[in-house]
Amino acid sequence: MDILTWTYILVGLSFALYIGIAIYTRASSTKEFYTAGGGVSPLANGMATAADWMSAASFISMAGIIAFSGYDGSVYLMGWTGGYVLLALLLAPYLRKFGKFTVPDFVGDRYYSNQAKVVAVFCALFISFTYVAGQMRGVGIVFSRYLEVDINTGVIIGMAIVFFYAVLGGMKGITYTQVAQYCVLIFAFMVPAIFVSIQLTGNFLPQLGLGGTVEGGEYLLDKLDGVLGDLGFAEYTSGRKPMIDIFAITLALMVGTAGLPHVIVRFFTVPRVKDARLSAGYALVFIAILYTTAPAVAAFGIYNAIDTVAGKSVDQLPQWVSNWQQTNLIAVDDKNANGVVDYTPNPETNELNIDKDIMVLAAPEIAKLPNWVVGLVAAGGMAAALSTAAGLLLVISTSVSRDLFRTFVPSMTEKTELIIARVSAAGAVLVAGYFGVNPPGFVAEVVAFAFGLAAASFFPVIIMGIFSTRMNKEGAIAGMIAGLTITLGYIIYFKFIHPESNSSEHWWFGISPEGFGSVGMAVNFVSCFIVSKFTPPPPQKVQDMIQEIRIPRGAGSAHDH
Amino acid sequence: MEDKKQRMKAYWRRNIKIVLTLVAIWFIVSFGFGILLVEPLNAFRLGGFKLGFWFAQQGSIFSFVILIFIYVYKMNRLDEEFDVNEK
Repeated sequence: MDILTWTYILVGLSFALYIGIAIYTRASSTKEFYTAGGGVSPLANGMATAADWMSAASFISMAGIIAFSGYDGSVYLMGWTGGYVLLALLLAPYLRKFGKFTVPDFVGDRYYSNQAKVVAVFCALFISFTYVAGQMRGVGIVFSRYLEVDINTGVIIGMAIVFFYAVLGGMKGITYTQVAQYCVLIFAFMVPAIFVSIQLTGNFLPQLGLGGTVEGGEYLLDKLDGVLGDLGFAEYTSGRKPMIDIFAITLALMVGTAGLPHVIVRFFTVPRVKDARLSAGYALVFIAILYTTAPAVAAFGIYNAIDTVAGKSVDQLPQWVSNWQQTNLIAVDDKNANGVVDYTPNPETNELNIDKDIMVLAAPEIAKLPNWVVGLVAAGGMAAALSTAAGLLLVISTSVSRDLFRTFVPSMTEKTELIIARVSAAGAVLVAGYFGVNPPGFVAEVVAFAFGLAAASFFPVIIMGIFSTRMNKEGAIAGMIAGLTITLGYIIYFKFIHPESNSSEHWWFGISPEGFGSVGMAVNFVSCFIVSKFTPPPPQKVQDMIQEIRIPRGAGSAHDH
Repeated sequence: MEDKKQRMKAYWRRNIKIVLTLVAIWFIVSFGFGILLVEPLNAFRLGGFKLGFWFAQQGSIFSFVILIFIYVYKMNRLDEEFDVNEK
């Protein structure tokens, strides 16, 4: 069977599975809609968290980004895993003990103020919308690439699927669908990686293959360093960005991960505090399987591309190059007409352009794997994009129905609240779909900044809320506003007002806008500390509550007031 | 009552100690070995890897996983010791 048939079969089967699960596990109460009833096992929650977390960007683009940036790509590897240590140690157990449904819930109760809650809702909506817009676009791109429909049709199909199971199933439906999506995406990522690793290095595990030897007995990484060096590129294993920027970006991504509302909310779904801790551990195991394979896929991909294309005769290129030339993911242009593909760092003379996404997408063909593997990778990419989009949409709908409506209309019945939650989930799907079809030029840029904003707004106030009994509402509000404003201001200045001056000599301390969330976080910490010193301490009731959340016993399931 | 308060204070202090130790290791394996000390460590090798590069792309992630499971183990023991564990 040809690739397209296999893709339709595998993608169709996976969608049928997700929809079946959604119908079987649909939510019937607000508790099930918000936190899956609080009865998810730590292992299932770990898997769901991993699928929720790993987006189309992790699945398709990350390996390619690492392939072209070498050591510098480590910021994503460390940044998008290290945050789970902070989550497990500093946030998840305490928020689970607190036992409400959302991050703004915690901020509102801990800082005894609806003002603080509204600021938190604003931050959560802002972060989630920027993130989900990028995901919907990702869904569209994956669809169009594999099913040969145009991107907009792809976005609409994606919207219909997410609409169905997020609106119907709420957190309960999403959780069990995400478990299935994790299995699909990890299988799809690992199969080609293992085969390429065996072909290139003889090692079954890609993680070991990365440190293995290639044909001729030389170590893969040493050979890459040498080959890239000969072509005039920087060495694969050494850094190109300044160290301070690497440091700042990694920190912003880690702290941002720990502050993302759609990740935090997953830890409300397990029964006990000790399950929340364990669940964070499982989540990171499931994430680490992909994240330790990705650098291997990256190195294999760039090695294969250089080995089979660069410096080769133009009319003797392998079959996969001409296949992917049609999608413009790889472009060969023999500018000097010498009949050879020259690969150089100089854009004037370079004749080979490779899109980063090809490292994952074309891997099965480069490794000459059967057609069904290509279809499998397609189903995996869609699982990654859909699971993340659904998690984000749930945060948006919860913020609207619970944090806004419930706060200001406390007399509302549960049935009404559930209807509002579903209507706002539906509304969020439509808005996200609109941005997917008409992407504002800055969406791709903004997604990366969602992390910086989460780092600069939520992380410090949640940490202070747990570890300091003295932190009060004045401090928290000042901190969130100061952190968010300075980070947003810095990003807007360099990305939109003066993009021409967006280079290291103009940056403060040499920190790029991507890494500025770290500075925003520090500003948040300092301002909330100073403001709280000059304002009254929180009431006794709140101080008692803080003591209460520090002790695991008596967590019970997530409760409603 | 006063006694219970003292015990909870002691529990919290022990908890903070565990957390701080593990966060320190978290910082050392990632920001320390993977970023700040990456160049000196690259002088050493781990099979086909330069050591600093290995920490940045693999070692730090393995360490993160281990750190969380150590935390789970230590906290479960601490909760039992202070009788605040969940049934």
